[in-house]
Amino acid sequence: MALITEKLVVLDLDSPDRHAATRVLAQALADEGRVTDLAGFLADVRKREEQMPTGLPGGIGIPHARSAYVTEPSLAFGRSPEGIDWGADDGPATLIFLIAAPEGGGDDHLKILAALARRLMRTEFRESLMKAPDATTVVDVVTREVVNP
Amino acid sequence: MKFVGVTSCPTGIAHTYMAAEGLEQAARAAGHEIEVETQGSAGFDRLSPETIAAADAVIFAVGVPVRERARFAGKPLVEAEVKKAISDGPGLIAQAVAAVEKETANPASAKSGSPPPPAGRLVTKVDQQASVGNRIRQWLMTGVSYMIPFVAAGGIMIALGFMAAQLAGGKNGAIVVTKLYSLTGPPVPNPTHIVNIVTDFNPSNGMHWAALLFLVGAASFSFLVPILSGFIAFAIADRPGLAPGIVGGFIASTIGAGFLGGIATGFIGGFVALWISRWKVPKGIRGIMPVVVIPLLSVLITGATLILVLGRPLKALSDGLASWLNGLTGSNLILLGVILGLMMAFDMGGPVNKVAYTFATTGLAAAAVATTGTNLQIMAAVMAAGMTPPLGLALATTVRRQLFSEAERENGQAAWLLGASFITEGAIPFAAADPLRVIPSCMLGSGVTGGLVMLFGSTLRAPHGGIWVTPLIGNPVLYLLAIVIGTLITAAAVIALKAAGPGPVKTELDAGGLAEVVAS
Repeated sequence: MALITEKLVVLDLDSPDRHAATRVLAQALADEGRVTDLAGFLADVRKREEQMPTGLPGGIGIPHARSAYVTEPSLAFGRSPEGIDWGADDGPATLIFLIAAPEGGGDDHLKILAALARRLMRTEFRESLMKAPDATTVVDVVTREVVNP
Repeated sequence: MKFVGVTSCPTGIAHTYMAAEGLEQAARAAGHEIEVETQGSAGFDRLSPETIAAADAVIFAVGVPVRERARFAGKPLVEAEVKKAISDGPGLIAQAVAAVEKETANPASAKSGSPPPPAGRLVTKVDQQASVGNRIRQWLMTGVSYMIPFVAAGGIMIALGFMAAQLAGGKNGAIVVTKLYSLTGPPVPNPTHIVNIVTDFNPSNGMHWAALLFLVGAASFSFLVPILSGFIAFAIADRPGLAPGIVGGFIASTIGAGFLGGIATGFIGGFVALWISRWKVPKGIRGIMPVVVIPLLSVLITGATLILVLGRPLKALSDGLASWLNGLTGSNLILLGVILGLMMAFDMGGPVNKVAYTFATTGLAAAAVATTGTNLQIMAAVMAAGMTPPLGLALATTVRRQLFSEAERENGQAAWLLGASFITEGAIPFAAADPLRVIPSCMLGSGVTGGLVMLFGSTLRAPHGGIWVTPLIGNPVLYLLAIVIGTLITAAAVIALKAAGPGPVKTELDAGGLAEVVAS
């Protein structure tokens, strides 16, 4: 199955804080059957977030977890025009990538997430996501860059 | 320039790869080459040894400790939080360039043995030419580094126990403290009135405090060989090596194979674990490899090899040596002293040492009724010869610091007290790290001391205690002279041998690395 679908894209993410924003994206994963237990998955993400917030310079947040409640490697993408504080030094995050990995996944499974993580470091990739007019474009960009590069 | 990097993070699915990308982009932009090993949860593909060897510097951008870190030893190192590579890759590359330039500008630092950290936490360069030999030394040194705290804690506590016993129990205190106190029991019947220090501890009894120190110290000492073995295996095979290494070392310790046996089990355990962890197995089994298959098989193979293959020859060796020694009694006493001295220093608590020591203490028991005699001289020779190895090495680390690694120098300070207290184990960290040069040096000094004690006719009525039982030594001045001479000889020999060969091996534990390991 695809890493990301239109239903996993939230272009007007409007949440008061990073935990609420994560919940919205995680809900999308749960609705699609990619997360079997919303509360359990959120606890796993939160545990990682509490070790150190996953906000990064350049306005991105990458909440993520390997969790037993995840059925397949998935990306839920959110864009927040106002930005949400994600613990980064240089300001709030406008691009949120919720990365969900299954607990016992084999190597091949996780390679796609590694490729995604590497793309997040590329300015062009971020810019095209920033500018994407709709969910379909987001899915296309991710698929083109990460899944079938 | 060429760099290699390692990135890792707690979850192993995001930061690891972003950091790798950050380093690669920054290196490319600055006109350098870099290869990054991503130690993520998708496992990791090791950088080839050639790649690592060709690199000018190493960059660790990590959130969890680097796996198989020893592979990178000896290179200028820049170490940072994983996020640093994501937010400021160019900064890390610049630091690495600076580290290389510093190294080039000041190559002498490699030999001076005083790494300049903490700023960029550099590890000075080890002589890279003898790659196999060097790796063996780094494996040994890793085991030694982790063992040293046990040596220091245990040794100093035992020494303090002797001192306290001397104060509280008079001139026989140091003997009594080793014999009459236990953490279990007491046995039934209890003819020697053994006191269980757990149930019967009396705070107003000085001997009980001395026994407490002694027993805790002895407990710490019982970990020497298991920890040495375990962390040699750890250096070879990473985490899978720990279980077979520690269990193998424990068995080596139990069957009296000493630290040389522990080095053997460290290597066996490490390579068995490494071998098994590289098996190609079906997907279904892969999940249980690290928790069931590798530990089960590696521990079994290591333990069984030791017991079935080494066990009997060791026993035969001990028996053979013991009967040979008995045959020597009555012949030339000075020769006997030399031989006992050589044996004491050969494996420091291993089978050969045990035979010599047991030979002496058995004689002591037989001589309990006599007032003078050969048996008391033998005991004196054995104890003196067991004191010179740590003392000689302590002296060597004091007068020629640069020949020893940071960890060894620190151990050298404790070795003064351990040697003075007849705790030969104080020399084990040196011997385990560099057996071929340290053991002969120790044997030379101990052999001379053993012979001299016999020549001087000193006697000893205590089985243990070092200088703390001086009141029980007959002819103590010449006795101490014999120890001083042996100490000087061992120090001179070890300095001469070390100066002739390659310099000290640096491990991650040098230069404040220990604190870092503990913190992570």
